[in-house]
Amino acid sequence: MSDYREMWEELGLDLQAHDGLLEVLPPLYQETILSQENRPEGMGYFDFVFSEIHGLRVKELVEHRAQGGVVVGTFCTYVPEELVIAAGGICVGLCAGAQVAEEAAEQYLPRNLCSLIKSSLGFKLAKVCPYIESCDLLVGETTCDGKKKYYEILGEFQPVHVMELPQRKDEVDRALWRSEVRRLARRLEELTGKRIESEPLREAIKVVNEKRRALLRLAELRKSDPPVISGRDALLINQIAFYDDPKRLAEKVNALCDELVERREKGIFIGGSHRPRVLLSGCPMAIPNWKLPAIIENSGALVAMDEMCTGIRYFRHLVSEEATDLDGMLDAIADRYLRIDCAVFTPNRERLEHIKELVRDYSIDAVVYYALQFCDPYTVEAFRVRQELEKDGIPFLYLETDYSAEDVGQLTTRVQALIEMLETKSGSS
Amino acid sequence: MKVAGLDIGSRTIALVEMDDGTVSFSEVVDTTFDPLEQCRRLLKDRDFDLLVATGYGRHLAQANFAHQVITEIKAFALGCHHIFPECRTILDIGGQDTKAISVSPDGRVVDFQMNDRCAAGTGKFLEVMASALGLSLQEMGEVAMGAEGEVKISSMCTVFAESEVTGLIARGTPRPLIARGLHEAICDRAASLLKRVGVARELVFAGGVARNPCMRHLLEERLGMPLLIPENPQIVGALGAALSARDSD
Repeated sequence: MSDYREMWEELGLDLQAHDGLLEVLPPLYQETILSQENRPEGMGYFDFVFSEIHGLRVKELVEHRAQGGVVVGTFCTYVPEELVIAAGGICVGLCAGAQVAEEAAEQYLPRNLCSLIKSSLGFKLAKVCPYIESCDLLVGETTCDGKKKYYEILGEFQPVHVMELPQRKDEVDRALWRSEVRRLARRLEELTGKRIESEPLREAIKVVNEKRRALLRLAELRKSDPPVISGRDALLINQIAFYDDPKRLAEKVNALCDELVERREKGIFIGGSHRPRVLLSGCPMAIPNWKLPAIIENSGALVAMDEMCTGIRYFRHLVSEEATDLDGMLDAIADRYLRIDCAVFTPNRERLEHIKELVRDYSIDAVVYYALQFCDPYTVEAFRVRQELEKDGIPFLYLETDYSAEDVGQLTTRVQALIEMLETKSGSS
Repeated sequence: MKVAGLDIGSRTIALVEMDDGTVSFSEVVDTTFDPLEQCRRLLKDRDFDLLVATGYGRHLAQANFAHQVITEIKAFALGCHHIFPECRTILDIGGQDTKAISVSPDGRVVDFQMNDRCAAGTGKFLEVMASALGLSLQEMGEVAMGAEGEVKISSMCTVFAESEVTGLIARGTPRPLIARGLHEAICDRAASLLKRVGVARELVFAGGVARNPCMRHLLEERLGMPLLIPENPQIVGALGAALSARDSD
């Protein structure tokens, strides 16, 4: 990484603490990602982006702001990126995936709160995240009680706009959400001092849809058995999609897909012989949270698909491009985001159906449910997912964990026992 | 052919040696803070065609001397099925994990459930509570067995339960009642874990805690069925690993 110290200092980072964080990442990346064999060349771009995680991309944000643009940070897949882009802004996902300054965060937050929220505040308090420090506005959403109340605290440090997300999908909820999308648009207009016009919005819808189409194309290729890409590499791409430039990302993902198609035609696969295919389902995994995918894949299985916000839930639905006027486009955006099947919704039948669909389409042998400790929506919904899968005889492994590394041994035992079970099952049939 | 199974658990390490399919030697030692050294001591002057390791220290063993590894889930299924071919469900309460395993008639794992990440309701939990009561593990089982009545222990977290026990002692609650309450609490935990995989007869109770008479009694009462207990419940995992070695060529 080139020298960005001056930039970090200007952003107000705690350089010493930040150095400590940056020292941890490369060996973890080496061990989890780079050590994989036979990776496609197209992953080189994503390795580069990761190696510059606090460098080049942050520099782009700084330059964008220097030219009068704004940067908006989000914590959830419900915040419409299209609006930020149409307002001439850059949208970055700020979800945190590492245990940072937990004790400091616990001065504000209760101990029994999920790692994701605690880590998010930890990054802010420790002054080690150049992304959050680059943001002109943070946009939260009322996806769960923990986040909702957390944003009140975060608001003491930085301007925060909170979108009220309904928890049902009836007509009244749609009306509320459509008005919330418009309220965000107005807030962005206040921030930039400019109106969001229909042409830039139409263009923004296209740009974000293109990103989704590229990610969907990659998802489609993950149906391949033997596999053409590992679950860890696919997760990394999804994680990077939250903060990279959307046009460039779509281009690079498409180039990678071209290569994967070519490799598949030539019979080049990662992993060779048949490996049990796992669907990871549940809470999001923000960078650098690769704990569970690494355990699963190092134990000999493949993460064939992720039913998570850092997986297919992020890009599964497109915004309709049919609307002709601004109002129609805003409705189309609202409707697209309301289709997301987060566990905060009730009832949430769509998610159960989608999981079953993924199990069929991706030839899944077992579902591993990733629940962050203290995440009520996903830990409670696990019951229904298990119940639904049991009907179809799909093995289901529920794993509750957090960002610490101390339970790696116990998680490994559970995952390996699942794989042994699948192997004897397929061996006897 | 001489094979061996080594179960490196959080509290004990067990070695089972098999010569042409029959157990020719077994030994159990404490894990201590240096499991590798304990393993070396156990294996000293012993030679095997194949050594399979299991237990939480299996990867340590694989990095040093074991030829293969299997999880303790599979090892317990193999071991229990070998001792009791009619076994369909297994409860293993070990040092830091409690497992409920459902097995097929030919001894394959069909489903399993384990405790959460903390040591609630495991052997370690009993150990901490025994020390809070000033009893040895064995004494606590005996005292609990003889108790007339019990107090309800509501917390299963090892740390919170210890505070709860301290509170009960301070209020003058007789030790036998507390000991009994602790056993009941673990029994509740184990029964709910078992119900999640389905309790089918015969049910085998293995792992170190199976040596505790009060726990056996309470579980039989709760589940309404007799439990099959291996003669030495602490070596079942190692036996399973040895069987896996025997069958792997």
